[in-house]
Amino acid sequence: MQEIISVKDVTKKFKEVVAVDNISFDVNAGEIFAFLGPNGAGKSTTIKMLTTLLWPTAGSLFLSGHDVMKEQDAARKIFGIVFQDPSLDDELTAYENLELHAVLYGVDKKTMRQRIEELMTLVELWDRKDSRVKTFSGGMKRRLEIARGLLHHPKILFLDEPTLGLDAQTRKLLWNYVKKLNESEGMTIFFTTHYLEEAEAIADRIAIIDHGKIVASGTSEELKEQTNTNTLEEAYLSLTGKTVRDESVDSGDNMKAAMRRVIASRTRR
Amino acid sequence: MVLSLVQPLVYFLTLGFGFNALFQQAGRGSYIQFVVPGVVAQTILFTSIFWGVNIMWDKQFGFLKETLVAPVSRLKVMLGGSLGGATIAVIQGCVLFLIALAFGFHPYSWTMLLLTLVVMGMLAVTMVSFSGGIGSIVNDMQAFMAITNFLVIPLFFLSSALFPLEGVPKVMKAIAYANPLTYAVDAMRASLVNQSHFSLTTDLSVMLGTMLLLFYFSIYRFKRIQA
Repeated sequence: MQEIISVKDVTKKFKEVVAVDNISFDVNAGEIFAFLGPNGAGKSTTIKMLTTLLWPTAGSLFLSGHDVMKEQDAARKIFGIVFQDPSLDDELTAYENLELHAVLYGVDKKTMRQRIEELMTLVELWDRKDSRVKTFSGGMKRRLEIARGLLHHPKILFLDEPTLGLDAQTRKLLWNYVKKLNESEGMTIFFTTHYLEEAEAIADRIAIIDHGKIVASGTSEELKEQTNTNTLEEAYLSLTGKTVRDESVDSGDNMKAAMRRVIASRTRR
Repeated sequence: MVLSLVQPLVYFLTLGFGFNALFQQAGRGSYIQFVVPGVVAQTILFTSIFWGVNIMWDKQFGFLKETLVAPVSRLKVMLGGSLGGATIAVIQGCVLFLIALAFGFHPYSWTMLLLTLVVMGMLAVTMVSFSGGIGSIVNDMQAFMAITNFLVIPLFFLSSALFPLEGVPKVMKAIAYANPLTYAVDAMRASLVNQSHFSLTTDLSVMLGTMLLLFYFSIYRFKRIQA
């Protein structure tokens, strides 16, 4: 098997805060790869570096052999991404948002029309195609964004917590479709999620990141074996501990964060 | 779009008609003729300087990420965006010009209007680029407004938009000479009413230089946006 994503000794610092601390990993072509970790562990930062949005402080990243820093345009042609937070143009209609995406990615007109209809039907938004995005609910925007990420059938698809805030039905639809794309087109899927059962059900391989370091990786079976546990959730908790994390990495507020953690753990009991 | 025309229009009407008699007494001809090129330049300046807000906005609302990861070079994105912004500014300038016509302004030659259009376009691209560069750097509205206001007001008042450069104190003259907007206004005046302080060649070369420099600045900053 050939690796399509390759991360080598990558570190990312935001001023003094180390968000990603010297990580290395490979993802093989055609694989479904889950990237798990607590809030603020460095998942999104890693995805942003892989998708040319952030520059690493040190190390290098390759997509299909292209250095994402030196050959940005070549690297950008390879992937599609569904961001964690909204990135739609609110003033455009749902259809126009997808149309713009298709133009940016050079999808030809005929394929474009066909796929937009197919995808919008899939995410059950076809009847709302001419409504402006600003009239959509959070879940609808999310679904539209997923449809957009799938539109140009990339070689690699990055999904940053794609199912956050979606109902069980839509989640199921989404994963089935992603799985289908993976099988029929050999699309490599790289996703993050907080729903461990999703990772267990769909991912070929899993990496767990915590405090900017990869603490374990392998198949779900291997992770369970390594930690001597029965479910992926137990394995995950035994690797990352049970304390609650802050969403943002904020070294100056250690005291506050520690107190919040204490309060959080007490209210949970 | 209509609102942003109000300010230049007020300048044109009050200053134009207010100072007209005084200006004529001083033997300088019609102040309306003199000030229209300045006010058209102002319209373009004040419209295009805000274009960068779009970049900042898209950055904040996340939409820019979609553009940034697309396999389209950032040069093209910036070029497309700023030409769009510049077009709007030029149209605004033309609208003001038409209003001025209705109020009795008359260009000295209709064919020279083509040159006016070129000058307007260059000024618009220059300011839109500057604005786009600032929009790429800053992340909040307050900072953007502070920077642009801090620069745009002195830029306008210390150019030759409202008064002739002959006979002003030396310091002011020196500042006006260092102000790129002076040359744009001067070129505009040369093409509209055939009055100028510098030669057209000087005007156009300074404008071209400033435009290229600021366009480079905007691309340079836009490429460095990290989201």
